[in-house]
Amino acid sequence: MADQLTQQDHELLRDTAARFFGERSPLGAMRQLRDEQNEVGFDREVWREMSEMGWAGILIDEADGGVDLGYRALGTILEQSGRTLTASPLLSTVLSATPIISRAGNEAQRADTLSAVADGALMIALAHEECPRHAPHRIATRAVKNDDGYVINGKKTFVLDGHVADRLLLVARTSCEDDQREGISLFLIDNALPGIRIKRTRMVDSRNAANIRFNNVQIPAGSIIGTVGGGADILDPVLDGARAGVAAEMLGSGQEAFDITVEYLKVREQFGAPIGSFQALKHRAAEMYCEIELARSAVYAALDALDQKARDAAELVCVAKAKACDMLELVSNEAVQMHGGIGMTDEADVGLFLKRARVAQQLYGDVVFHRQRFADLIGL
Amino acid sequence: MTLEDFRSETRAWLEENCPPGMRTPMPDDERVWGGKNPVFKHPESKVWMERMVERGWTAPQWPREYGGGGLSRAEAAILTEEMNRISARPPLFSFGLGMLGPLLLDIGTQAEKERYLAPITRGEIRWCQGYSEPGAGSDLAGLQTRAEDKGDHYLVNGQKVWTSYAHHADWIFCLVRTDTSVKHAGISFLLFDMHSPGVEVRPIKLISGASAFCETFFDNVKVPKDQLVGEVNGGWAIAKQLLAHERAMISQLGARGGNRLPPFKDMARRYAGDANGRIADPLLRDLVARQLINDRAFESTSKRAIGSADAAAGVASMLKYYGTEQNKRKMEVIMKCAGYAGLGWEGEEFDDNDLVLCRSWLRSKGNSIEGGTSEVQLNVIAKRILGLPD
Ligand SMILES: Cc1cc2nc3c(=O)[nH]c(=O)nc-3n(C[C@H](O)[C@H](O)[C@H](O)COP(=O)(O)OP(=O)(O)OC[C@H]3O[C@@H](n4cnc5c(N)ncnc54)[C@H](O)[C@@H]3O)c2cc1C
Repeated sequence: MADQLTQQDHELLRDTAARFFGERSPLGAMRQLRDEQNEVGFDREVWREMSEMGWAGILIDEADGGVDLGYRALGTILEQSGRTLTASPLLSTVLSATPIISRAGNEAQRADTLSAVADGALMIALAHEECPRHAPHRIATRAVKNDDGYVINGKKTFVLDGHVADRLLLVARTSCEDDQREGISLFLIDNALPGIRIKRTRMVDSRNAANIRFNNVQIPAGSIIGTVGGGADILDPVLDGARAGVAAEMLGSGQEAFDITVEYLKVREQFGAPIGSFQALKHRAAEMYCEIELARSAVYAALDALDQKARDAAELVCVAKAKACDMLELVSNEAVQMHGGIGMTDEADVGLFLKRARVAQQLYGDVVFHRQRFADLIGL
Repeated sequence: MTLEDFRSETRAWLEENCPPGMRTPMPDDERVWGGKNPVFKHPESKVWMERMVERGWTAPQWPREYGGGGLSRAEAAILTEEMNRISARPPLFSFGLGMLGPLLLDIGTQAEKERYLAPITRGEIRWCQGYSEPGAGSDLAGLQTRAEDKGDHYLVNGQKVWTSYAHHADWIFCLVRTDTSVKHAGISFLLFDMHSPGVEVRPIKLISGASAFCETFFDNVKVPKDQLVGEVNGGWAIAKQLLAHERAMISQLGARGGNRLPPFKDMARRYAGDANGRIADPLLRDLVARQLINDRAFESTSKRAIGSADAAAGVASMLKYYGTEQNKRKMEVIMKCAGYAGLGWEGEEFDDNDLVLCRSWLRSKGNSIEGGTSEVQLNVIAKRILGLPD
């Protein structure tokens, strides 16, 4: 499906998404969610409208009730959502958790979830990370087999939408040592089982994440996805999709923070001239433009490679996330600096981008992680 | 007394007089700023300040007659080292100590020194800095706040902005325009009471969540004429001289971190290190080591430069530029080491250190803006030190 989208289709989707987020969830909406300390963390009505347009099912096969437009199309939407810093279940449910079920779920699991996700009626959170820095295979949460299925013990951190999701996609260890790639298994479970304790974390970007503790949680044997101990083979490509998707969001955020800043350079005057006329700032703005364009190319290349299941997709994803991290760190810092005093105020929007930037940078691996992984992948 | 004697005496005194609670990392809201309505949030902070005031060690190098400690530069350096050794909190934060006081010691009249300095060392009067205006930031000399000569007083009208802690300040040192026909040569340096009729202050919220700076409005504020420092219309040179002190002060923020956070090395080891603190990840290790190398070099530079007889404007700018950019980089490195743990805004799912880290990281972005931006410092270096044409 995905490779049937033309350039024109993509442009249409981009324009539709830009208009949608601009009208339905501008930056002001994000501020409002933040200031009212909204318990859900995103706007359910906006999410319903997004789902109506098919975005919740964008990675789901048509046979399962989705529209199957692929990663590039989802990236286009995420990029636009990054411009308005829109929080939605796109990252948690659509990009991170559901693709695992699409790829490896059995008939019952698929029927149970996929069309409901595509309708926007079901949210699933990926309960994966355990360390403060992204470490995809460092899993100490244990799933121990017993007569009734498995018993889970452990602790998960930074679970996106963990406190509002209906289900959890749990990554747990059924064998081997805590940091081995082998022995990881995936489970689709209810979030309200006895022994599960979910605590929302209040993050600097005001988005949703949760810490989840599992204390002797009994889950049915049928909740496993794929084979016992073979979870990493399913998880890794899905994580690559998630990395590319987050990089696309970051691209949009970087572009928007940059545009706001360039506009400011044109209107703010000091020494009787627009500050954008000073070469010290001019050159740095021009440099940022270059970095954004490189990140853009890298992100699009990674998304396309995922859709085409290209052999070097993982490498391209590393390139995309690493570039997006460097770019957004630079742009978010410069945006504040070039605004001067006003950039330090809560009232100025550039600060919102700075805060979101660092969270998105860490999500699914920061630049340090991806440089390291890239070096491994290309055999350095 | 030899320096060695001074050190052991100081060490013993601190050991005895610095309360245990004053040897711990300090949350922002436990800083002591003094003033007419002082806040001592930490119960031991009052006695700590009072003991240091008594010894003159809130202003170690100021002359004793103005409430200072009368220490030589070498002795003051030892005092700092000994305080750092036990992680002692600075007893008093103050723009009077860091900015106005040093200026008045340089250029103030005898009467001005007697009137203003001792209350600063004792933490009795809290000062704020009225420099920036909405239209005059980097181009500070473009300021428009007027002070009209009304015979026996000045009448001040205008607006300042980004005035740090104006809402808690007792007095302000303020740049005003006394001649509208010229730019730099029409500026004067005025001191006045923030409780005067016609002064209005509105706090502004920062990205770090704190409300540390303000919009400050003056509507027909009457100021006695003897509160003008230096010559009428001679304020620009004074303003710059004070900026040099401010910049030297800000440049050291990263080194001491205001004591809010544990030392950089400890944090890096804690967040990125193994059980023994060894940082195994070679890339993080490189980032941290590079930072610490720059720290050492910067420390040496500060000692060497600040010690030179007249810390020329260009040198203060170098320290300000490098120190603040270095501090910002340092915070970014720690954020990388900390990962998700550094991204907490509030709530019990994060420990206090994590939360302080996040807020401090955000606050550090202002370091390269306050006291003149990095770009302005680079311009000063290019002009004053390198003599490059405008
Ligand atoms: C946390 C904080 C506390 C502060 N506290 C105080 C205070 O207590 N009292 C006070 O008076 N002020 C205070 N300030 C204000 C501070 O001094 C000004 O913000 C600063 O001088 C910059 O002015 P501006 O904000 O108008 O920015 P602008 O001057 O508008 O600068 C915007 C951008 O343009 C750049 N720029 C401007 N001119 C040039 C040039 N010629 N070449 C290259 N780049 C240029 C700047 O570097 C900056 O990046 C504080 C600021 C902050 C952030």
